[in-house]
Amino acid sequence: MSEKIKAPKEPLFSKKNKRLVTEPLDDNNPVTLQVLGICSALAITVSIEQALIMTAAVFFVLGLGNVIISLLRNSIPSRIRIIVQLVVVAALVIIVDELLKAFLPDPAEKLSVFVGLIITNCIIMGRFEAFAMANKPWPSFLDAVGNTLGYGMILVIVSVIREILGAGKFFGFELFGDRIKGTGLYEYGYMDNNFIILAPFALFAVALIIWVQRARNKSLIEEH
Amino acid sequence: MKSLEKFMRKLEPTHDSKWAKFHPVWDSLYTFAFTPGETTQKGSHIRDGIDLKRTMFMVIVALIPCLLFGMYNTGHWHYVAEGTAGGFMDHFGDKLIYGLIKVLPIVIVSYGVGLGVEFIFCIRNKHAIQEGFLVTGMLIPLIVPADIPLWMLAFATVFAVVLGKEVFGGTGMNIVNIALTARAFLFFGYPTEMSGDKVWMSGIGDMAKADIPEGVTGATQLGELASFSFPQEEWAYGAEAVANIQETAISGFQSAWPIWESFIGMIPGSIGETSVAAILIGAAVLLYTGIGSWKIMLSFVLGGLAIGALTQACAVNPYMLLDPINHMVIGGFAFGAVFMITDPVSGAQTSTGKYIYGFLGGALSITIRVFNGAYPEGVMMAILFMNVMAPMIDHYVIQSNIKRRLKRLKTA
Repeated sequence: MSEKIKAPKEPLFSKKNKRLVTEPLDDNNPVTLQVLGICSALAITVSIEQALIMTAAVFFVLGLGNVIISLLRNSIPSRIRIIVQLVVVAALVIIVDELLKAFLPDPAEKLSVFVGLIITNCIIMGRFEAFAMANKPWPSFLDAVGNTLGYGMILVIVSVIREILGAGKFFGFELFGDRIKGTGLYEYGYMDNNFIILAPFALFAVALIIWVQRARNKSLIEEH
Repeated sequence: MKSLEKFMRKLEPTHDSKWAKFHPVWDSLYTFAFTPGETTQKGSHIRDGIDLKRTMFMVIVALIPCLLFGMYNTGHWHYVAEGTAGGFMDHFGDKLIYGLIKVLPIVIVSYGVGLGVEFIFCIRNKHAIQEGFLVTGMLIPLIVPADIPLWMLAFATVFAVVLGKEVFGGTGMNIVNIALTARAFLFFGYPTEMSGDKVWMSGIGDMAKADIPEGVTGATQLGELASFSFPQEEWAYGAEAVANIQETAISGFQSAWPIWESFIGMIPGSIGETSVAAILIGAAVLLYTGIGSWKIMLSFVLGGLAIGALTQACAVNPYMLLDPINHMVIGGFAFGAVFMITDPVSGAQTSTGKYIYGFLGGALSITIRVFNGAYPEGVMMAILFMNVMAPMIDHYVIQSNIKRRLKRLKTA
């Protein structure tokens, strides 16, 4: 690990630090480029609300976790670093789970097991290993911000597609009329697409985003 | 023809005109009418004197009997639902006209939307337009119920053409069968419009229950059979009672739907899939011209028969007692065997691979049918699954060939 010796007074938002936030949004997106965190992208993107809450929970875990790991980085023996990282994630996930249950019981019920499964979200361990173990707390925090935003952005895009086409709603607001009473568009035979609610469609949606992204920026296309 | 050619030549957008972008559209229309005058510049691999357009056109010809019978059958079952159907020849013209009115819009929407998507992608990617959609556009209407809302069909066609084909690079690059992709999308997206007992007889969904004649349920044979696909618990009824229930269920079914009627196609179902007779005419055309692979067709049917016989021999639910021959003529099995699994792009390419691919496809179709009541038609799922597996089958066939030859080389 060749850590660069930085000038003692680097501004908080230097160019390099800004890049930490902006890069995961597009060219180095954790979901569409590194293909991490796919499991939760499938499971909780049925509604926008769930996607946002999930993003907030991941932000809490990744932000705090990155800072903690970064603070501990010089004292963690490299042999047991994975276990230490796991302890940190596990502790934070339990905190976030309890917080959600206490203050947002309804959405927490819908997210059910998937909050607990943040522990297995590859983005978190990935960032710990790839960034926090080798960087100071402040850049680590910015890295967490960037990656959570990149992750959340994909979740929100996918959930917007799925909620509108699959449930006919936007943020819980009924766009096309009442489905059960058959008003609005439903009166003319419109039906919500059941397939889009099913988890496999999230894969199609992520694939479409990957397609659009690589069509715009050819340098992202992998060579075979 | 001379004047038509002159006219089309005059319309040709040249490189400097502002319509240059639309050259692929012009080109596709022109080559449809005339054999192109240009020849291949570099060496080409000629296997047959037939090109893509001619190939596709032969498949369309093979599909015509299915389409015509499908129109008649749509009308026939509409009149059955109204209680005035009578025999085969009664109201023959009325039935045909009713079917035409129902089926024609579906065909037009399928072609219009699919070709629209294709044109957009060809213009964007600066390809010449290829004719892959000609067949797909005809297959899609034949595998949906006649009452399908047109906007759903349009949505499914866009989905299938974009995600089934264009993302992989267009005609000839698709991994799975495009028409079946569209059907799978409809099947999972709008299950109430694609299965159940409200969609298979045209117009029955809007009729009041009292207007439907007694004995007409609206379910297809597969739907009826699917209700048999639960295992009876021997501990609850006793083995003999279970065997009895199974026997009566299946013999009741077989006497209600004679095999001969199913073969002719006088059964409710998707537009083109019902008549095995019409499908066999298509199969003859495909086999005579060498476009469809007889290896795949044969092994698909054999696979179905083998599993049909096996399940009949050790049946655990009434559905499994159905005669394997009867399995061949109901649902989409025959249509799948002739027109779907033989798709040369998504199927296996090696000779041995074709046998394996077809056999497993047929076997899987019947397996899904008899075990899973939620998916009455296993053929669609089985073929899509085998499409995905086809490259792997080819890979192992080629590897084993290489190994065999290496061994021979070493011993020699």
